[in-house]
Parts: sequence; C-alpha cells; structure tokens
Amino acid sequence: MQQSSAGVSYFWHLPANASAHGLALDNHLKLNLWIAFSLLALLHVLLMVGLIARRRAIRPVHKLTLEYIPLIAFTALFGTLAFQAQRLWALERYTGADPGAMQVEVTGMQFAWYFRYPGADGTFGNTSLSLIAPGEGNPVGLDPKDSYGRDDIVSSQLVLPADHEVDLALRAVDVIHGFAIPELRLKQNAVPGQAVHVHFTPTAPGTYAILCTQVCGSGHYRMQATLRVLSQAEFDAWLSAEERKAHDAAVGAGR
Amino acid sequence: MKMQPTRAKPEHSRITHHRTVGFGYLAISLSAVAAGTVLSLAMRLHLAWPGWSLPLHGPILPEEYLALVTMHGTLMLFFVLTVAPQNGFGNLILPAQIGASRMAFPRLNLLSMAVTAVALFVLFSAFIVPGGAPISGWTAYPPLSTSSLAGPGQGWGMDAWLASIALFSIGSTLAAVNTLTTIVKLRCDGMTWERLPLTVWSWFTAALLSVIAFSVLLAALLLLFCDRHLGTAFFLPHTEWMNGVLRQHGGDGSPLLWLHLFWFFGHPEVYIAILPGMGLTSMVIANFARRRVFAYRLMIATTLLIGLLGIVVWGHHMFVAGLNPFAGSAFALSSMAIAIPATAEVLSWLAMVWRSRPQLTTAMVFALGFVSLFVAGGLTGPILAQPVLDEYLHNTFFVVGHFHLIMAMAGVFGLFCATYYWFPLMFGRALSERIGKVHFWGTIVFAYSTFLPMHFTGLAGEPRHYAQLTGIPGPTGTLLAATMPLQRHITVSALCLGLAQLPFLLNLLLSVLRPVRTTKNLWNATTMEWAPKTDKLPAAYRGPCHYSQDGNEFAPQWEEPSSTADGGA
Repeated sequence: MQQSSAGVSYFWHLPANASAHGLALDNHLKLNLWIAFSLLALLHVLLMVGLIARRRAIRPVHKLTLEYIPLIAFTALFGTLAFQAQRLWALERYTGADPGAMQVEVTGMQFAWYFRYPGADGTFGNTSLSLIAPGEGNPVGLDPKDSYGRDDIVSSQLVLPADHEVDLALRAVDVIHGFAIPELRLKQNAVPGQAVHVHFTPTAPGTYAILCTQVCGSGHYRMQATLRVLSQAEFDAWLSAEERKAHDAAVGAGR
Repeated sequence: MKMQPTRAKPEHSRITHHRTVGFGYLAISLSAVAAGTVLSLAMRLHLAWPGWSLPLHGPILPEEYLALVTMHGTLMLFFVLTVAPQNGFGNLILPAQIGASRMAFPRLNLLSMAVTAVALFVLFSAFIVPGGAPISGWTAYPPLSTSSLAGPGQGWGMDAWLASIALFSIGSTLAAVNTLTTIVKLRCDGMTWERLPLTVWSWFTAALLSVIAFSVLLAALLLLFCDRHLGTAFFLPHTEWMNGVLRQHGGDGSPLLWLHLFWFFGHPEVYIAILPGMGLTSMVIANFARRRVFAYRLMIATTLLIGLLGIVVWGHHMFVAGLNPFAGSAFALSSMAIAIPATAEVLSWLAMVWRSRPQLTTAMVFALGFVSLFVAGGLTGPILAQPVLDEYLHNTFFVVGHFHLIMAMAGVFGLFCATYYWFPLMFGRALSERIGKVHFWGTIVFAYSTFLPMHFTGLAGEPRHYAQLTGIPGPTGTLLAATMPLQRHITVSALCLGLAQLPFLLNLLLSVLRPVRTTKNLWNATTMEWAPKTDKLPAAYRGPCHYSQDGNEFAPQWEEPSSTADGGA
C-alpha cells in the first residue's frame, strides 16, 4: 500500500532503513499505523455523530448487523495483518543464517558492547568468563592457550560489509542486554548463559547507532556502540589491517 | 448451599465493615498515585531538561532516574491500578450491587487491606535504605535483580521491593478469594448470574485472574529471594561475570524462566487493572443513554473471554527475549485474538451511544473518555502483537505510549468515572458537575498531548529507561537528540496534565466545605446499589438497565413488578 516515500517516513518519524529485510517491515508497519490511525478517527467520528444526532428510539436491530458483521470484518482485517506479519517473521527468523554468512560474536557487559571476528582461520577461539579483564585488553575473556583465538579480532565497533549476510551470536556476561540497531530494524536480547543468533543483511553503507534496549543498570543509557557499514573493498582493507594488529598483539604478548 | 444475606445478621465492628476497608484501599491508592505522579514529573523534567536540579536534592543521577522509573511503575501498577478499581470500589459498591450487606469474609477483608498498606510502607522504605530504591524497573529482570553488584539500589532497595510485592501478592490473593466468594455466595434473592451488572462480572473476572496471577508471582518472588540470598540459581546461569566479580552458582538456570513467570502474572495483571473500568463504562453509558447494554450476554462472554485469553498471551512480552521463533508465532496468534472480544465491547458501547442523546454528566463524559482512550491505546496492541513489528518497537517509547493510553489513562478515567458516579453513595453528597467538566476536558486534552507523541519518539528509536538523551556520543547521540523537541512538548503536557487535576481537588474540597447533600438515586440508576434503604431483605426482580423507549421511565432491579409491568430479564 504505502510505498516508502520520504514524506510518510517523516510523518511517522521512522529513521531511514538500511537493511535488506527492513523495507518490507517498514511497509507493513506503516500500513498498520495508517489502519490504526484511520480506525481511531472513525471511532471518534462515530462517537461525535452518535452524540450529536437527534435521539432515535431503539429499533429492534439484530445483533448480526451491529455486532457480528463488523466483528467478522475486523477479524478478517486483523487476520490478514497477522498473516503478513507471520510471513515476514518466518522469512527472517525461522531459518538460520546462510552457511556463507559472516560470523561475528557480540558480547554485552555493563555498559559496553564488544564485537569479535574469528580472524583468518574462520574459527572463534575459546573464551572463559574467568579470563575477562577489560582493563587488560581482554574484555571478552579470550583463552590465550587456544590457538584458534590468536587471530581473533575484538573491536568496540561493529564493522560490516554492505550486501553481505551477517550471523551475529549474542552473548551477555552479567545481566540481560538488548542489542538493537534501529536503522537496521533489528532487536534481540542477549541473555547470560546462552548464545542467541540473529542474521540480517545491511544494505546501505553508513554509520548507525547500536543501542542497549533492555534496562541493564545505571549506565544503560550510555551503553551504545557504532555500526559502520562499508563497501566490500573498504571492509576487506579494514579486516586485513585488524588481522595484522591482532597478530602483532598476539606475538607481542607471547601468545 | 447459599448463605443467607440478612440485615438481621449481627453487624461486624465498624473497622471490618466493607466500606471502611474500601475507603482504606482508596486511601492507599491516593497516596500511591500522589507519589507516583510526582516521581513521573521529576522523570519528565529530567529527560527534557537534563540540567534541571530537583529542589532540596540536586541534579538527578542516572541511577536515581532508574529508581524513579521503577518506583513510579510499581506504585502505579500495583498500588493504584490494581488496588483502587478492584478492591477500593469493589468493597464500596460490590456488596450493595449484588444485594448483600457485607463481604463474605469481613476480617479477612480487613487483613488483606492491612497487608496491602504494610506493603506500601515497605515499598516507600526502599527510598531511605542504603543504596536507595531499586533500578531494575517494575519487571525486575534477573540477573540485574539478583545481586547488589549489578548496581546501586539492587541491594537493600531490591529486598524492600521484593518484600513489598510479596506482601502485596498475599493481600491481593486474599482479597480476590473474598471477592469471588462474595459474588458466588452472597447474591440476594433473584440476583441470577445473568442479572449481575457488568461491573460485577468484571470484578469477578479480575478476581479470578488475581488468584491465578498473584499466586504465580508470589512463587516467582520466593525463587528470586532464594537466588539473592540462598545461593540457588533458578534465574541465573552457572557462571556470571558481574562488575569485575566472577560469580558461580550451584545450579544452572536461566533468566528466561523469570520472564515467563513474571509475564504469566504481568499480562493478566494489566487486565485486572482495566476490566473493572470496562464493566463500569458499559453500565454508565447504558445508564445515561437510557438504553439496555447492547448484546448483554455477549458482553458477559467477552469479559470472561478477555480474562481467559489474558492468561495465554504472556509471550508477546518476550518476542525478542531469546525464545524459539515458533513460540513468537503462537503468542502472536493468541494476542491478536484478544482484539476480537475487545472490538465486540467497543461495538456495544458505540451502539449504545449511537443517536441516544445521552445525558452528558461528568461520569458519562469520563466513560466516553474511557472509550476514546481504550481504543486509542488498544489499536496499537495488535501492532505490538506482531513479532516482526515488535522487533522494531519493543522497549521503545511506542510501547510506553501504548500502555499509558490503554492502561494508565483509560484506567484512571475509569476511576474518575467511578468517583463522580458513586460519590453520592460514598459520601452522601454530589460533586459539582460544572467543575467536573473542566476537570474532564483538561485531563483528556493533556492525556493525549502527553502520550500520543511518545509513539513518535518511539518510532524514531527512543528506548525506554534511558536516563539521558543528550550528551551521548556517536550516531546514538544523533538519533536520541532528534527527539528532544518532542521530549519538551511531552514534559510540558505532563505538567499540564498534573495541573488539570486541580479542579478535581477543588471539587473534593468544595464537597467538604459546601456540601450538596443527596441520598436519593441521583442518576436514575437501575442497579441495586442505588436501592433506598428499607427493612425488607433486598431482592432483584430483573436485570439492570430497563428503560422505557423515551428513557424517561425506568424499572430498577429492586422494584417489585406491578401486575402490568414487564417481568424483567
């Protein structure tokens, strides 16, 4: 129905979408909002007219007309919306990421997000909560004895290539955190004791806000990070630079 | 077997009288609503003007902001919206409405009110204990709520909160048992289930929900207490790293268990808050439109159905919490289904109002305001019930706007409607209609002006529980700062909404200083609570809302049918 024109987005205050699944979500959201808005207006018109119009004796109206037919119409309307929402939800969440998707691990702690890339070997090293030492440059608790971890890149920024699917594994070390990127229409809680996966494809290069959306303590409001979506070439350059840094650091630390 | 409700039965002492208990409950709610409102205004001022300094205190720190949020939510949800409609007005009106002279268990009634009052004092004590009030919101998600390491207020303050809500759960369960027994056992002769006013049906449904919901909450609170102090791990994983401390527990649980238990309570809880208002709205609209409630039996069915569905929708609070996505689909279906009985209620209200030229008393306009707010807040319900949309909207101010319209504002309009409507029965005097109208218009205009824009800041991405929206670096700062003009508008509106309550206070004051005494059936009502006092045993001869076509004549439930008159329902 409503195609995403700038004016409509502005009316609903939605930030511009930058993800592959976001366009369909936005269209469905705006359709829902317009329907809600119209029904609210309709109710008030009916209330006002009903209040102002001359009194009419109650006529023996059948419940069918006033109650059941509108109910069936509303059921059909809400059913259609639910069906479309279910279709989008299933597309997005029912299956895991493509095997070729890029793997990134996200760790939430009071009050920061850390992002870990598996490095050149494509495998994450072991981590342990007992090894966490943000002050000593090991905020996610990388195990120095695990060789897979030597090339792992840990960053306080999430950097992703455009148009490439990403599989995020969300972890939290202390309390529940909410991982949210409004411009990518993405939100998923990170729960201590389990890893939760979400996958998505960023489309528009740019810089985006990453928020915490589950109250996590006094610093909740400042638990934020930046997502940088780069072109594939820029991303490759960033990744190899980071890999070199990680390698040098590991050598320097005698790992 | 039916207990005999008789006037001859020895009266219990005045302190166990249901009116005393009802007024006690209302006093609890009044103190809670006053405190809760002040807290919310402090929050709003801080959000819009972060440099603002609270008099006698200083600037509001982030943890203090979260403490304000937590205490505001806890006070308003538990001590105002659960207590006043269900137990306050329930005690004052329910017995008379079913032709009974008392509640089923007067001493238990007094006990549940006393326990609730103690719960309120314990909650207030959280402000003065070391570390201050808790910061984990009214939902108290673990692990944040399990350890003082997680933040200020999570030590003593959290324990006070736990104790308070545990007491509250006990009080509410006892009160609900009392309400249910009263309705089942003490109805007067002729008061069949079908003749019960819809207010009684909604008190009945809410009491059923209370028994189920609060007993589960109490169990969850006990488990949380064990996790805090006895080294268990119902809601905690085996190992955590919190604030630089490695914590290991005997078991290996999951915070998601708390979310399930809490929302199994939490969703029915919001229906406990709103159902009495829905029942009252139906009866008040019928009364002033001089029409039968449209589709009465369907209204009874939808009230029960909303209660029943309310028990199976808790997962819609958890779409992005880490559940299996199939569970999201199931809870989406049950949540969307609630739109159907809710729509049926609205259709009935519209049908009653339509071309009825109702008498627009203050009680009536507050009932109409309830309809308006119920629909305004209700229409965003199906939006949030769609998991894929909730993925964007969850924990944003869109949700805050939604539940403040449908639960807080509609709930409060239900309470004002009850106050203006039943004031003559409560105090033997009437409130000023003219001041009442001023109160109504100020309240509804600023209610919308406060809570509608929250939907927009939410759509723009503003999350809940953010102590500060300015001075944050990076793209997050840009995103949040964009909402500041609307933030200031919301704060100014909220202050005006507070000021709009002054006419109400003036009205109360005038009823003391210049009382307009009335004892008669002021609104020409048909339900039993308005029956004149006689020595005869009360009996119901028909269902409520019997009016002549032109509305000028009516047959109240208590009036014996003359030989020619209708026999009733």
